[in-house]
Amino acid sequence: MKAWDAIVIGGGHNGLVNACYLQRAGLDVLVVEKNDWVGGAATSRELTPGFLYSNCSYVCSLFRPEIMRDLELPRFGLQVISYEGGAVFTRDGDYLANYRDHDAHRREFARFSRRDAEAYDRYARDVTRQCRFIQPLLMRTAPDPTSLRPRDLGELLYLGKKFAGLTAEEMALTLRFWTMSISDFLDEYFETDVIKANFALSGIIGTALGPMSPGTAYVLLHHYMGEVDGSVGAWGYARGGMGAVTKALAASFKASGGTIRTGAEVDHVLVSRGKAKGVVLAGGEEIYGKLVVSNADVKRTFLKLVEEKELPDVFLRRVRNFKIRGSSGKVNIALDSLPEFPALPKDSPVYRGDMHFTDSMERMERAYDDWKAGRWSVDPFLDMVIPTTLDPTMAPPGKHFMSCFVQYAPPKVNGHDWTDADRDGFAESVIAQIAEYSPGFRDRIVHMEVRTPREIEAEVGLTEGNIFQGELTFDQLLFNRPVPGYAQYRSPVGGLYMCGSSTHPGGGVMGAPGRNAAAEILRDLAKSTSHMSPAHDVI
Amino acid sequence: MAQATRKKPVVTGADTALEARLAAQSHFRTLRLGTPFQPRIDALAKAQDWYNWAGYRAPHSLWDEELEYFAIRSQAALFDISPMTKYRIEGPGAEAFLNRVTLRDVTKLKPGRVHYTAWCDDAGFVLDDGTLFRLSPTRFRLCSQERHLPWLLDSAIGFEITVKEETEAVAGLALQGPTSFALLRDAGFAGVERLKIFDLAEFPHDGGAVTISRTGFTGDLGYELFVQAEKALSLWDRLMAAGELRGIRAIGYTALNRARLEAGLIVANADFTTAEHAIRADRLRMPDEIGLGFMIDLEKSHFNGRRAILEARTKRKLRHVLVGLEIEGNIPAEHAIVYHKKSQEVGLVSAAMWSPMAKRNIAIASLARPFGDTMVEDLWVEIYAMRELQYQKLMKRAKVVQRPFIKLDRRTTNPPADF
Repeated sequence: MKAWDAIVIGGGHNGLVNACYLQRAGLDVLVVEKNDWVGGAATSRELTPGFLYSNCSYVCSLFRPEIMRDLELPRFGLQVISYEGGAVFTRDGDYLANYRDHDAHRREFARFSRRDAEAYDRYARDVTRQCRFIQPLLMRTAPDPTSLRPRDLGELLYLGKKFAGLTAEEMALTLRFWTMSISDFLDEYFETDVIKANFALSGIIGTALGPMSPGTAYVLLHHYMGEVDGSVGAWGYARGGMGAVTKALAASFKASGGTIRTGAEVDHVLVSRGKAKGVVLAGGEEIYGKLVVSNADVKRTFLKLVEEKELPDVFLRRVRNFKIRGSSGKVNIALDSLPEFPALPKDSPVYRGDMHFTDSMERMERAYDDWKAGRWSVDPFLDMVIPTTLDPTMAPPGKHFMSCFVQYAPPKVNGHDWTDADRDGFAESVIAQIAEYSPGFRDRIVHMEVRTPREIEAEVGLTEGNIFQGELTFDQLLFNRPVPGYAQYRSPVGGLYMCGSSTHPGGGVMGAPGRNAAAEILRDLAKSTSHMSPAHDVI
Repeated sequence: MAQATRKKPVVTGADTALEARLAAQSHFRTLRLGTPFQPRIDALAKAQDWYNWAGYRAPHSLWDEELEYFAIRSQAALFDISPMTKYRIEGPGAEAFLNRVTLRDVTKLKPGRVHYTAWCDDAGFVLDDGTLFRLSPTRFRLCSQERHLPWLLDSAIGFEITVKEETEAVAGLALQGPTSFALLRDAGFAGVERLKIFDLAEFPHDGGAVTISRTGFTGDLGYELFVQAEKALSLWDRLMAAGELRGIRAIGYTALNRARLEAGLIVANADFTTAEHAIRADRLRMPDEIGLGFMIDLEKSHFNGRRAILEARTKRKLRHVLVGLEIEGNIPAEHAIVYHKKSQEVGLVSAAMWSPMAKRNIAIASLARPFGDTMVEDLWVEIYAMRELQYQKLMKRAKVVQRPFIKLDRRTTNPPADF
């Protein structure tokens, strides 16, 4: 019976990144994926003829350039097309746009407030400072603060030095920033509600927190990380949809000799004497491997794929308490023509960027109130893009694909599981909101896919449909991600590793967890990591 | 009339509002604005060599930068300064407010006078430098490189003033060079001969008024003229007509930048990084670290940054110094590293050139104290001169010298000479 050097459970982007690095280190690697396609939450699927749907993740912003380079993703077909703008529509028929040009950006903000327009530089400076502090940590394994191993001490020292390199004022600011709400943070710079709402959206996307919840300022940082030091592909569409990212990863993996099995759902991990020996598929087939890496989130991995008796109590309890709350859904729409927004000039670059309708902090917080009460938001927050304005490969000529990321959607509706009727009600709240700003919108709809946390969990396997495989709150970051003592991609089961977004540095199509996990595995195997580029310097 | 306007049907009002909104939205179609002088500048811009000055399309050079430089030094040069950020600060509390915000003593700045000043954040780091025009006892204009509206508005709390940005509403021209006075006189600005250095006065122009100050950024005889945007073109034409026999020439920034360096003047975010833009904490600078210590008036009432500046002085925490350098030879040392004893890195040149006026190789550099401060011997700059795809590496001796590098009596002579 063949024993693979490594079996990766789940062909999401992190699983594939991990598999690529292991394969390139000379291991014989198998990726098992339950769906008939790879990609996890980064897929492009033809759900209606002629239309490719980026039906889960919809924007490429955080993918680490070091990984793109190591795995030769451009060579394997990855092309990223940058956003050209963005906007928040206001209820009085106007909009606040974001333009790439610094001066246009300022003039646009000045339409609402000259003061806030000029405050942007100070805001950008401070956010950039915070990004520069955190970015070098993304591609390093977080130290275990309780360990006395030289490497942990070294990493702690590195963290400490970075922190000590800050001035006293910066330290105070950093600590505040990591724990404060995005609303409070923005209040320190801006006065105008729509301008605050414009920036606040990055603080709430993907989390079950509202703009006034502590910890959301950090989430903003997480979304801005892609923009530091001119990383290629900051906020853009992958040509061919987000599936192009995982398609390129799969091609890179296969080119280096890796094997992928789709339609192969793992039932559980084979554990013998505290050590992972392989996986058992849903059909009963056993596949043996010298080590197993799970791309699934930490709850799925340890509450469903591993038997409880194999795990220590404290670990289990912490995994159970790990916050991975469903907060969002997707409405993906095929359109027979480009929607019109009367507020927006026809030649506006905003069509080729992200559009929003939540023009005040209060509306955003009220949308969250609905989530707390166990309902989807009556007046939801949308992050809406029409990638076909830049990528003609995703729809027939003249037709368009629209992706709406929708917040908030609770994991359960009023305590019960989502029903089809709930799903339709959720979709209606989204369509009604768009139609308010785009007359005739309903008539353009050719096909629509609605994904509540129920659908996302069922198809992609993300617990509760949480896009980050766990909240990005300070208690679940760095050496506490996913749980204290297990932040270095290893688990209580020997030979069983984690490589998904539940691990440091967290979610978004970044690839860093997959890469960092590979580095740790290769370290355990005493194999070279010379094929892995270190994180780019931030100078 | 006002009542009649109010009685107009609501629909018209809404239409007008919508038109105004559409007009305001349309800025995304023109990323670089033209200044009020743009039609004239475009007509002269044979080189089509533009740069982005604070969102405006501004010329590096219009035709020939050598000729443009020599217009400053030998004739009269006309430079469009409209993109400069301008704030109008007005009210009974304006003097007290500006005295609190800026370094120099504003109570000593009489109406009709201008001074060069700077302002700091609470930690004593320089936010910007600029010129403060006292247009009346209660009205000022602050001109600067960067934008400071949030800072000014936040600082205004408790003062009886209004702060209004007027960058777009007010057009500005610098008329610099030995024949600038005679040109203004010939153009009919009666009484302009009475302006001493740093004086300002209003003169009638085209049914409005132009504010003329004897100021500039060249170290030469020169003036700056501010006018409402609508009167900009007629002012340009008036100067050009009067200047025909005085050698007037419109110039771009390259020429001006040379003249300012000869005059030893610094440029924000070229020779130092302004506090609101410095991402790296060690790039922040106190006034004493960029040669602006002379502005600090500890005798006057409290001002932003005073405590920190005083502490840095008494505890000797000032880490940098900005100096003028004279470098042997004639190869410009732009952005060269400064060494002590040819080995220890002690600073960086931020601007450098061969000065046609001083016939010297000059530079402005920031050095780590005590170098440039108490240790001024044995300083060197390493120049990487790219010549036909090879670096000629030169280690040249640098001498700390006083700024300005050139001193022209005609700048301050009264009455100004009739060249």
